[in-house]
Amino acid sequence: MRTSCCTNETETDRAAAAPKSPQPAIAKKLGGDSIFRYLTTFFAFSILAILALMLYEMAGESLPAIREFGWKFVSSKDWDAVQGSFGALPYLYGSVVSSVLALLLATPLSIGAALFITEIAPGRLGSVVAPLVELLAAIPSVIYGLWGVLVMAPWLQSTVQPFLIEHFGFIPLFEGAPYGVSMLAAIFILMIMVVPIITSITREVLLAVPQSQKEAAIALGATRWETIKIAILPYGKSGILGAAILGLGRAIGETMAVTMVIGNAPNISLSLLSPAYTMPSVIANEFAETTSKLHASALMEIGLILMVVTLIVNAMARLLIWSVSGRAKGGAA
Amino acid sequence: MNNKVQLEQVNIHFGKTHAVRDISMTFPEHSVTAIIGPSGCGKSTLLRSINRMHDLVPSARVTGKILVDDGDIYDRGVDPVAIRRRVGMVFQKPNPFPAMSIYDNVIAGYKLNGRLPREEADEIVESCLKRVALWDEVKDRLKSNAMMLSGGQQQRLCIARTIAVKPEVILMDEPASALDPISTLKIEELIEELKERYTIIIVTHNMQQAARVSDYTAFLYMGDLVECGETKKIFTTPEQKQTEDYITGRFG
Repeated sequence: MRTSCCTNETETDRAAAAPKSPQPAIAKKLGGDSIFRYLTTFFAFSILAILALMLYEMAGESLPAIREFGWKFVSSKDWDAVQGSFGALPYLYGSVVSSVLALLLATPLSIGAALFITEIAPGRLGSVVAPLVELLAAIPSVIYGLWGVLVMAPWLQSTVQPFLIEHFGFIPLFEGAPYGVSMLAAIFILMIMVVPIITSITREVLLAVPQSQKEAAIALGATRWETIKIAILPYGKSGILGAAILGLGRAIGETMAVTMVIGNAPNISLSLLSPAYTMPSVIANEFAETTSKLHASALMEIGLILMVVTLIVNAMARLLIWSVSGRAKGGAA
Repeated sequence: MNNKVQLEQVNIHFGKTHAVRDISMTFPEHSVTAIIGPSGCGKSTLLRSINRMHDLVPSARVTGKILVDDGDIYDRGVDPVAIRRRVGMVFQKPNPFPAMSIYDNVIAGYKLNGRLPREEADEIVESCLKRVALWDEVKDRLKSNAMMLSGGQQQRLCIARTIAVKPEVILMDEPASALDPISTLKIEELIEELKERYTIIIVTHNMQQAARVSDYTAFLYMGDLVECGETKKIFTTPEQKQTEDYITGRFG
């Protein structure tokens, strides 16, 4: 009797308390939530703020060089710190040529590797190879540079370059003497460094290709290669392009490894065997010993150009990749 | 009537799951055979074994014999790619190639045979699109993207793409289940016309559809073939109680 009475009491208690107690609880929760929301919003925007601040600072610092040289800064190849005349064309040229050619070599390699991992590799082999490829991206670039300058460059000098000069020397691309450190060495080292990035993103793009697309091709009597050709690659086309452009962004900005193997000579030469120079390399090499305000400002302007270019390149790549994963989601719905 | 496709004690396993048990049946030439049964009864699994689609799934194992024109397609030395040219397939969800035009979609499979002269390609595109009753709707925009078509048009495009390869047998895996009633009706009319040239095997969970389009019906339940025979007979005087219960809507 008593027990049942007790239970009754508790129930009525609860019922009576019910309309009151939830309200403060909800309000409390909202308080925590909104604080959390403001905090995360603040963090998110602080990143944008830092980016904007950097652009602003760099633009301000490079103003003297911009005022002094105008467009001549990017069209002149005369870089003389003593005379105070600064033209960044050799660095622009070196950066563009080394990264674009590295990309041209790395993209087919990466697509092949990604296709192997997603489509060809039997069973678990793909899931073993994929993380190994991504591990390559985690190796510090100075290690790549060290290997490049101690192992690859001597090998290029003793084997590859003499071979190229002997057999293809009539092409301007392979003219000159074998120095080892050269544009070619930079292209190779960049190629090795961007393959993991392009491969892992291409792999994600290929994994987003719906099974129904592969089945469509297979049911038409397509072989494995034909399935890749008519169903998988066309579906992932823009995403793969995005992956390649992201690799380009990485290659353009790469500093350490390139500085160690490219030879750091501000030449504009058609020959891939001659030493060259890139935008990040010249900043890294000269910033500590600037001779004048103008010199520092010129380096800053190179930095500004580099930053704007990589931002644009990355934004383009992201847009292309999103267009693919967006379509994959739309197709599934 | 000849038996185009013949199953002899077909068993299909996925790992430890026994999805299709010991099924023997025949599919007469130039007829439509419907495979019906509740979800998960193994009807799609059985259908996909007839053009060796299970080859793509490492855990799948098909035993028994599947004869197409008296040749076992699972024999050693038989090229699954060649089999799939003879036994085409239309899927549940329309799956045209999104990066291709309507025109290119139709000849995507045929083109795999090698180089294709322009006039020949034009001819194939026109005749295949006419046969699926899509020509009049798309003849002015053959070069536009296939994804611009409605779901029903996409599915007819997929059928055109399948028949362009000149198969002998067409497998259809619930070809109208993702479509609206009018598109469904068009697909059903199309099936009726296609059977003059091809042997059609269609999986459907829609019993009215099976009754409308098929000459023969097979009822599967839990991986077993419960009953098969002429559609008229299955739907009016089935021999098995289970079949009767299913077609009268008592379960499933």
